[in-house]
Amino acid sequence: MSKRIVRVASGQGFWGDWQEAPKLQVRTGPIDYLMLDYLAEITMSILQKQRERDPTAGYARDFVPLIAGLSPELLGRGIRVVSNAGGVNPDGCRRALFEALEEIPISRPLRVAVVSGDDLMDRLDSLLGDGHELRNMETGEPLSAVRDRVQSANAYIGAAPIIEALRMEADVVITGRSTDTALTYAPLMHEHGWAADDWDRIAAGVVAGHINECGAQATGGNTLFDWRGVDLEAPGYPIIEMAADGTFTVTKHESLGGRVTWATVTEQLVYEMGDPIEYITPDCIADVSTIQLRDLGENQVAISGVQGRERTGLLKVSIAYRDGWKATGSLVYAAPDALDKAIRADEVLRARLERLGLRFDEIRTEFVGAGACSGRSPDHLPEAVRRGLPEVELRVGVRSSDRAAVDRFTRELAPLILAGPPSVTGFAAGRPRVQEIMAYWPALIDRDAVERNLEVEVSHA
Amino acid sequence: MKIRLERIAIARSGDKGDAANVGVIALIEDAWPILVREVTEERVGEHFKDVCKGRVERFELPNLGALNFLLHESLGGGGTVSLMLDAQGKTFASSLLELEIDAPEEVVSLCDRVLSGELPGR
Repeated sequence: MSKRIVRVASGQGFWGDWQEAPKLQVRTGPIDYLMLDYLAEITMSILQKQRERDPTAGYARDFVPLIAGLSPELLGRGIRVVSNAGGVNPDGCRRALFEALEEIPISRPLRVAVVSGDDLMDRLDSLLGDGHELRNMETGEPLSAVRDRVQSANAYIGAAPIIEALRMEADVVITGRSTDTALTYAPLMHEHGWAADDWDRIAAGVVAGHINECGAQATGGNTLFDWRGVDLEAPGYPIIEMAADGTFTVTKHESLGGRVTWATVTEQLVYEMGDPIEYITPDCIADVSTIQLRDLGENQVAISGVQGRERTGLLKVSIAYRDGWKATGSLVYAAPDALDKAIRADEVLRARLERLGLRFDEIRTEFVGAGACSGRSPDHLPEAVRRGLPEVELRVGVRSSDRAAVDRFTRELAPLILAGPPSVTGFAAGRPRVQEIMAYWPALIDRDAVERNLEVEVSHA
Repeated sequence: MKIRLERIAIARSGDKGDAANVGVIALIEDAWPILVREVTEERVGEHFKDVCKGRVERFELPNLGALNFLLHESLGGGGTVSLMLDAQGKTFASSLLELEIDAPEEVVSLCDRVLSGELPGR
C-alpha cells in the first residue's frame, strides 16, 4: 500500500469564522486540500430567506472574495478547495466567484464544480405525495402538519458527488448541504482510492472530518487545559495528514499559534457527540469508541484503530419551518442588591404583560452575572456572593405565535428605566428586535429518492 | 479527598437539538475509573436539575478516557426556538467541572502535576 500522505487543512469552522485562517493555511506550509465548512443547522433557513429577497443570494458570501483572492496561490501550489459555501444556491455562488475572478490575474482558468440536488424544497410536495412522510425524528409527527410553513429542506449528502467532481479535475468544489465531515473525507477517499464499502477507512475519514469541521476548536481554541498558556492571536487551524491505511496525524503549521495535544484533540472529538458507537454519516457508521489516540509531542497527535460499519439506506434531512416570533431584551442593575433589583424589575414587567392580557408560549428570565451560564437558578448562590454582585443583567425573552404580543413586549422594557426599581442602565441598544423563529425539523428519507437527483457540473472561469 | 471535578478532568459541551452534550475527559489514565464511579447520570442530572427537563444518558469511551453525557430537553427547545442565553449549551462543560467528587489523593496530586505542565497527561 502507498505510503503517500494526503493533507487536508481546515480553513473555516462556521460562517463568520476568522477570515485569516484559510489564507494562513495556504501560505504558511504544504497542504493538498483546503476544506471550508460554512453551514450549521440554522444557516440553511437564513440563506433561504436571503434568496427569497434576492434570487442571486443564498450562499456564504465570504467565500467569494476569499477564494478569488487566493486563487493565484491555490493554482500555484496545486491546492484544491472543497466547501459547502453554496448553501441553497451553489450555482449563484459559482457565478459570483467567476465574476470576482475577472479582476484576478491567474495562470490558467479555475475549474469550479457545483454539486446540486440536496435541496428538496421544490420537490417537497411530490416527495410527500410519493409516501415520504418526513416524520420529525424527535416527535414522530409527519411533515404534513407544518407543510405550509416550511422554509427550507435539504438532505445531508455524502462523498460521492464530491469525489466525482475531483475526478473531473475540479480545482474548487462548491456544494450545498454536504455533510460537514464529507468535506474532509471525500478528498481522502478520492486520493487514496478507498472503495465506497471500505467502512473502516471511511470511518477514519469521518473522525478526521469531525476534528477538522470546527476549525481552531481542535487546536487550542476553547480548550480548558491550560487555556491561559495557549497562543490564540494567530492560531494554526487543524491539518489532517492521512495515510492510505486510514491512520492519520492531526497537526498544524508549526510557525502558527494554537496547540495540538491529546487534550485539544480529545476535547474536539467529544464535541457535539451523541452515542459514540453510532456516529451516523451518509457514507458509513463510525464507532468513535474504537479510536486509539497518541500524543507524539510537537503538535502531532496520531489516530488509528477507527472502525466503521455499513452505511444505512437513509439520509438525514434538515428542514426549517416558520414557528412564531420571539424577542429578547435586557437591562442592567447595579449594586447594592443588584440581583434583588433585577428580580423586582422582572416581577413588575411580568405583571404589566399580564395586565395587557398578552399571550406567550414562553417567557424566560435570566439573571446574567448571577449564574445564567451555569444553568442553575440564582437561588444556589451563597448569601455573601449574592449580596456582593456588583451588577446583574436582567435578560427577558418571550416567544409567541402572535406577533403583536411579541412586538408589545419589546415596548415594555424601556418604561422600567423610569417606572421601575433603581440603579438601572444598559438600554443603549434600544428596543429589542422581533425575530421570526425558524424551527428545526430533522427527518429521514430513503437515500435513493435524493441520490438519483444529485448532479455535478464543472465549468471554468 | 473531596475535590472539584476540574482537578482531574477537562470537558467540552455543545448541542444536539434540544439536548446538551457534555464530554468529560480524564487527565490521566488512573483518573478514568474515578470518573466512571463518581460522575454518574444521577449526579449530572442533579447538577443540572434547573435546566434539564428530560433524562440524562451516559456513554463510555474508555480508549479516550472520556464520558459523554446527553442531557435531554435542556436547551429551552434548542436552536432558534430557544430563549436561553446559552442556547447551545456551550458553557455546560465548565459548569460540570465544578461538581464535587471524591478522589484518592495520589490521583489528584498526579493530575495537579499534569495541569502544571510537569507531567504530560494522557
